[in-house]
Amino acid sequence: MSSRSSAATDGHLVSAGLSLFEKIWRRHVVAEGPGGQTLLYVDRHLLHDGSGSAFGRLRSAGRPLRRPERCFATADHFVPTAPGTAATSDPEIRAMVDGLARHTAEAGISHFGVGDPRQGIVHVMGPEQGLTQPGITLVCGDSHTATHGALGALAFGIGSSEVEHVLATQCLWQRKPAVMRIRVDGPRPFGVTAKDVILAVIARIGAAGGTGHAIEYAGSTIAAMSMEERMTVCNMSIEAGARAGMIAPDDTTYAYLEGRPHAPRGDMWGRALAFWKTLPSDPDAAFDREMGLDAREIAPMVTWGTSPQDALPITGHIPDPAAAGDAVRRASMERALHYMGLTPGTRLMEVPVDRVFIGSCTNSRLEDLRASAAVARGRRAVVPAMVVPGSGLIKRAAEAEGLDRIFRAAGFEWREPGCSMCVGMNGDLGRAGERCASTSNRNFEGRQGQGVRTHLMSPAMAAAAAVTGRLTDVRTLGPAAEGG
Amino acid sequence: MEPFVRLEAVAAPLPLPNVDTDRIIPARFLHKPRGPGYERYCFHDMRFDAGGAERPDFVLNQAPYRGARILVAAENFGCGSSREHAVWALHAWGFRAFVAPSFGDIFFGNCGQNGTLPVVLPPDVVAGIRRQLHERPGASMVVDLPSQTVTGPDGVRHEFSVDPFRKECLLRGQDEIALSLGHAEAIAAFEERARVEMPWVLP
Repeated sequence: MSSRSSAATDGHLVSAGLSLFEKIWRRHVVAEGPGGQTLLYVDRHLLHDGSGSAFGRLRSAGRPLRRPERCFATADHFVPTAPGTAATSDPEIRAMVDGLARHTAEAGISHFGVGDPRQGIVHVMGPEQGLTQPGITLVCGDSHTATHGALGALAFGIGSSEVEHVLATQCLWQRKPAVMRIRVDGPRPFGVTAKDVILAVIARIGAAGGTGHAIEYAGSTIAAMSMEERMTVCNMSIEAGARAGMIAPDDTTYAYLEGRPHAPRGDMWGRALAFWKTLPSDPDAAFDREMGLDAREIAPMVTWGTSPQDALPITGHIPDPAAAGDAVRRASMERALHYMGLTPGTRLMEVPVDRVFIGSCTNSRLEDLRASAAVARGRRAVVPAMVVPGSGLIKRAAEAEGLDRIFRAAGFEWREPGCSMCVGMNGDLGRAGERCASTSNRNFEGRQGQGVRTHLMSPAMAAAAAVTGRLTDVRTLGPAAEGG
Repeated sequence: MEPFVRLEAVAAPLPLPNVDTDRIIPARFLHKPRGPGYERYCFHDMRFDAGGAERPDFVLNQAPYRGARILVAAENFGCGSSREHAVWALHAWGFRAFVAPSFGDIFFGNCGQNGTLPVVLPPDVVAGIRRQLHERPGASMVVDLPSQTVTGPDGVRHEFSVDPFRKECLLRGQDEIALSLGHAEAIAAFEERARVEMPWVLP
């Protein structure tokens, strides 16, 4: 994974137990290369509509795909999400979506395209279809691939050349990363979600805090989380610099997986389960780094700047660059505040918003939509707000329990599945200068459109911002006017 | 792949931490084909205002740095999205080497796939080089892979470490896929073993 990790890892793991990461890594070594590089086998390769150029280069080189049956594709980055819109009017963008359908058909790869209920954000689709399983290696040409680590897989994002490499060889040259364990313990206070936990982690260790590492999340708070909450946590590992985030499989994992289309069945389920139960880190496993967080000290979080590490409790104030430790950090904070149009000392709860986005591979699953709907019910959005379910199946499930009606009644837009306003490449964008409360994962400059100012938060907090028109502490929202 | 051996070139300083790949190439250009004019997308929204005019305060818009082929950045350069387009855009501009205290892991790997070299040096050393580049606009420096050294504008040499595998690949311009296909027997043997040990993983 990283090319700059600790070489000492092997040495001190010899006499100790093994971590979840180490167990999966060892099982997937095909060959040891020169200089400490490993040729690692890839069990599952997920593709999306941004993966097309790798197919083109492969064809130019005259190289066949090694294992198309281990590849699964869906369209998400470039698909339009406006209701009733099957294809975008922009021919160049439509060519990206059509290209995936063509490449996968030619290669014999399963593809869930627009109109297929299984279509959705690739990191929602994989677990939903049972393709993501404990103990496997999984890659995808997208940095949020760590999401799949929530099921106890070793999953990480790769670049386009590596996508091509996996298509041709089903392997990747990787240097073993260091492993960091982050323990979160204690009961979560009222109103504190998985999103708040991971934003608190990133704020603590920084946007480069996990660079060169795979992170294992552990502790009683993590163990008590649902599978969807665990995916939210692992999803944002890359925002702390770590390519992989993972959580030991347990009964929550097995209950989630059982019966999914690609999950093992019958006798095979029993064999798989026996193997999965050997995966959690041994009690004496060694880690290169450890860190602990007390869940009781976490509050609902929002970001104020242009890096996910710029996160604070909603009760806080915009920080002052003058208090920064060094000149580079000070200049960076000043630039961020200028971009965000914010003044030091302002209470976060006084910051108005112009737009709300609920969706993305971080927070577009059924539980996320329920949390947003619970806040929206009986209230009214005072700014444009869109809800974009993570997949066609989530959309159906949400509609079956009436969430779409709650959102529509509250003035929220209910849209088709896709990456939408998280990636800014499919037509869903804000306008320059607008401030967007967003459940996505990145508040980078221009991420949601040129000049758009993004504040990251949980689905409940985003819905609260929609109904008040400002950053809001969802814990203090009070009862809805219509008694919802 | 184009090899990287030694580069003596003008270097540009970029003293911003956490420069993400969205800033290196905004998402709205990711469907654009690579080819002539691709360098236009490199740092697009930092280089140009909404009307398409150059922002004179951005380093690459200043005359002495326009020919820069080495970028001396700050912490966590290339963090965020896995888009290899970020390296393609920097490459199209002419950059072949990046010096920073740390890089985003995926960006770091993508550099090596495109004949460009990311060099990690201690934060104080990088800050010192950036300072010299500000004081002497258009100054050159040397990045030498065989000796694993960076020579700053002041002539001081700094050693860096590099993964031996990546070093070999860059020096030779190695096609990594060809290298892996040389392990076809080991891959086939692994697949045979996996079929027996973890048969449920196959669809």
